[in-house]
Amino acid sequence: MLGKLSWDAIPFGQPIPMAASLLIVVGMLAVLSLVTRKGWWPYLWREWLTSVDHKRIGVMYVLLALVLLLRGFMDAIMMRSQLAIAAGGAQGYLPPEHYDQIFSAHGTIMIFFMAMPFMVGLMNFVVPLQLGVRDVAFPVLNAISFWLTASGALLVNISLVVGEFARTGWLAYPPLSELQFSPGVGVDYYLWALQISGIGTLLAGINMVTTILKLRAPGMGYMRMPVFCWTALCSSMLIVASFPVLTATFGMLLLDRYVGMHFFTNDGGGNFMMYINLIWIWGHPEVYILALPAFGVFSEVIATFSGKPLFGYRSMVMATLAICVLSFLVWLHHFFTMGAGADVNAIFGIASMIIAIPTGVKLFNWLFTLYRGRIRFEVPVLWAIGFMVTFAIGGMTGVLQAVPPADFVLHNSLFLVAHFHNVIIGSVVFGAMAGYYYWFPKAFGFTLDRRLGVVSFWCWLIGFYLAFMPLYAVGLLGMTRRMQHYADVSWQPYLIVAEVGAVVILCGIIATIAQLVVSIRTRESRRDRTGDPWNGRTLEWSTSSPPPAYNFAMLPQVDSLDAFWAMKQRGPAVPAERYESIETPRNSANGFVTAFFAVVTGFAMIWHIWWLAVLGLICAALTLLVYGWVERVEQEVSGEQLANDERVRLRPMDSA
Amino acid sequence: MKRQVFFQDCRRRSRLAFFAAPAAACLVASCRPAGVLDPQGPVASAERLILLNATGIMLVVVLPVIALTLIFAWWYRASNKRAVYWPDWSYSGDIELVVWSIPAMVVILLAGVAWTGSHQLDPAQKLEANAKPIRIEVVSLDWKWLFIYPDLEIATVNQLVVPTGVPVEFLLTSATVMNSFFVPQLGSQIYTMPGMTTRLNLLAERPGDYPGLSANFSGDGFSDMRFLVRVVPDSEFASWRARATDEGAVLNAAAYSLLARTPVNTPMQTYRSVDPNLFERIVQQNTAAEPTASPPKSEN
Repeated sequence: MLGKLSWDAIPFGQPIPMAASLLIVVGMLAVLSLVTRKGWWPYLWREWLTSVDHKRIGVMYVLLALVLLLRGFMDAIMMRSQLAIAAGGAQGYLPPEHYDQIFSAHGTIMIFFMAMPFMVGLMNFVVPLQLGVRDVAFPVLNAISFWLTASGALLVNISLVVGEFARTGWLAYPPLSELQFSPGVGVDYYLWALQISGIGTLLAGINMVTTILKLRAPGMGYMRMPVFCWTALCSSMLIVASFPVLTATFGMLLLDRYVGMHFFTNDGGGNFMMYINLIWIWGHPEVYILALPAFGVFSEVIATFSGKPLFGYRSMVMATLAICVLSFLVWLHHFFTMGAGADVNAIFGIASMIIAIPTGVKLFNWLFTLYRGRIRFEVPVLWAIGFMVTFAIGGMTGVLQAVPPADFVLHNSLFLVAHFHNVIIGSVVFGAMAGYYYWFPKAFGFTLDRRLGVVSFWCWLIGFYLAFMPLYAVGLLGMTRRMQHYADVSWQPYLIVAEVGAVVILCGIIATIAQLVVSIRTRESRRDRTGDPWNGRTLEWSTSSPPPAYNFAMLPQVDSLDAFWAMKQRGPAVPAERYESIETPRNSANGFVTAFFAVVTGFAMIWHIWWLAVLGLICAALTLLVYGWVERVEQEVSGEQLANDERVRLRPMDSA
Repeated sequence: MKRQVFFQDCRRRSRLAFFAAPAAACLVASCRPAGVLDPQGPVASAERLILLNATGIMLVVVLPVIALTLIFAWWYRASNKRAVYWPDWSYSGDIELVVWSIPAMVVILLAGVAWTGSHQLDPAQKLEANAKPIRIEVVSLDWKWLFIYPDLEIATVNQLVVPTGVPVEFLLTSATVMNSFFVPQLGSQIYTMPGMTTRLNLLAERPGDYPGLSANFSGDGFSDMRFLVRVVPDSEFASWRARATDEGAVLNAAAYSLLARTPVNTPMQTYRSVDPNLFERIVQQNTAAEPTASPPKSEN
């Protein structure tokens, strides 16, 4: 009846997992009871859970990312504490079977449920506004994408309380992840969580590509799109091209584990090298799926706060497209040490280096955007400058490892770990934080606290260098990744410094939370009534903050790059003579309900509760089918209503 | 003496202590050199040279970029009234040419390094030396290393003894999951993969004890997958070999099966009378002794 599920699945006997489980359960119950007591359910249901508004969905993506940043960071600081003490004969406080789950969960959560939702969330919120349109191409699909991503995140966190998570690293290489070597439910949690969220990501990518290719304000040709839209387009094309590979690869591993097939097993003619190739054919583009939107954020931020157009726009677009294509041609550099032979290694090594050319061009273009600018040191600029310095170092250590003989001694060492944290924190996290601060006033109509933003930036920057520079050094000393303890005590000082760095980053995270709380409390004094708090250049700043559900009462007419800047040069906006009525999508519970059944199906598959899995799958399919018979999917906003809204919005500008 | 002064200096200025910690860590570690920057053989030396050369080539560009970023950001701050402001400037063909050329030229240089380096340091390529090479077969097990000397009919666990200045031809496989055979001070690592063999050629130039380990995660006992490489002079190697041939335990199917099933903390040991086909049978996965797929059960 309940498959493999029994009371044994809950870690009663183990203090650390039990405490973490309790923390999560109590936290969730506290939130749920608060919402119930305050009577917020109807509001939440109406305005958020069933919303198909791209801005609300974008905000929910970012919120999901921030919550899972906390979870992923808790894992990180536990690992750093373990390694700071487990030197010589010491075993630390985390036994291997627990430590292995923690580093697997850390990587999985940070990439799939922190970085991905953060970037997809920013794209969702910003792209339609920058394109000057009213929503994404498929609003209901957008909600389904988000809720499927959230489902995956939920399943990963359920594994903390019921059962275990994978102990195989964040990419679950077979044969270790095959049933023979990982008989528990950990790998199944990993696979089903990522299968469900992966479908959500693929749908989000399709939606974004369609939106950018088919929906743009009148006059906005491709070469008038803001650079962030270009990076979002390239990132989404990479999603569309690479996520099916991930789904198919995980599908084969699931077939191995569930029905005894032999794609990647040691026996029966299986070959796990195929898995490693396939997973990196997804995995390397994934790096750029995350990094490209971050590059886009920096392009917007640097241009806006330098008071200049972006230097070399065409170069920037070409570089982005070049990265998009090249990212598919370099996957083998993740396993030079597999013995492929000199020619293969050299060709993939050189292909990897070639990506450094367009990336280097981007760095130079940002540099020349600063040149002869008038730079206002708002928080996003701090992140951008911190990024340029940090990313130059991370990029260099990356190209270093693209030289195969250098990789032979650096592969899988802490040098590698330091490198990819250097580029992912340096570009993706810094970019996410810059974008969060930059677009927050657009989303909520008030600015974030500047002082705490500065504190957060410096904590992250200093913490990052303290945490990861020692890892470069200890990697050169020969320490490899994923060790739960080590014999060589000369490594310990470095790992203690790294632990200190993690604590400094923690201060940065606390500052970010404090910033949000303080800003919400003092929101009345920090209202942005202009809709354009940063003297922006692109169309998202031409509407009110927060924008109305329909974004623009009348679609803007675009006749140049930096369209809003050009409009401002022509003079203040005035209400039009008359407005056409428009149609906006109605709310839909479809995404939320489908995702609920997806969680049920995933959970049932993990625990081999077959009847429930079938039931969940049928219900999810029915939910989608029912939507096909809903006739009123849109509602009308009348021209009078729009005219009225616009008069109210533009009044402060008239008086100014 | 100089170091003492450095530390006293740090203590006096407590604010400096924060920044001194990483520096101190470097000093502590410098007492015991190890790792890839302390090569003990030609492969590791060549790889260190490539590492340093490539870093040097890139620093020529990276350092000025970092400096310019900070200088531009500082000089063109909004409050600097002396800085020139060009609010509409967004294109210069000359600059575009330069910014595409600089990274391209760096990459052309590095591509040369990568191409020649990949071919000269291909792990499968035999090393040239006066001495006759020695063949060693490496098997990664859960969680230990088995080294078979097929020509000497001896084998060792978690301890690799090789003569100084003699090229070693490794043939590697795994009896369980994938691992990576890595001796940082001797150079290149290579994966060990079940059902497949990889090749690696190394040479140790100086006698000494060098740590080796697995560089690819392989399960709960992974952290203990360490081994010691003992590089000894020819005469000592001969006497060690004689002792192993006389005193070691016999490595037959039963002994291998027992070894394969003991998961962790296997002491260093030597075996004699090693079945010359053992390695091949492990690769074919038809040893009677193949590990019976019993990793420790999930404890939850």
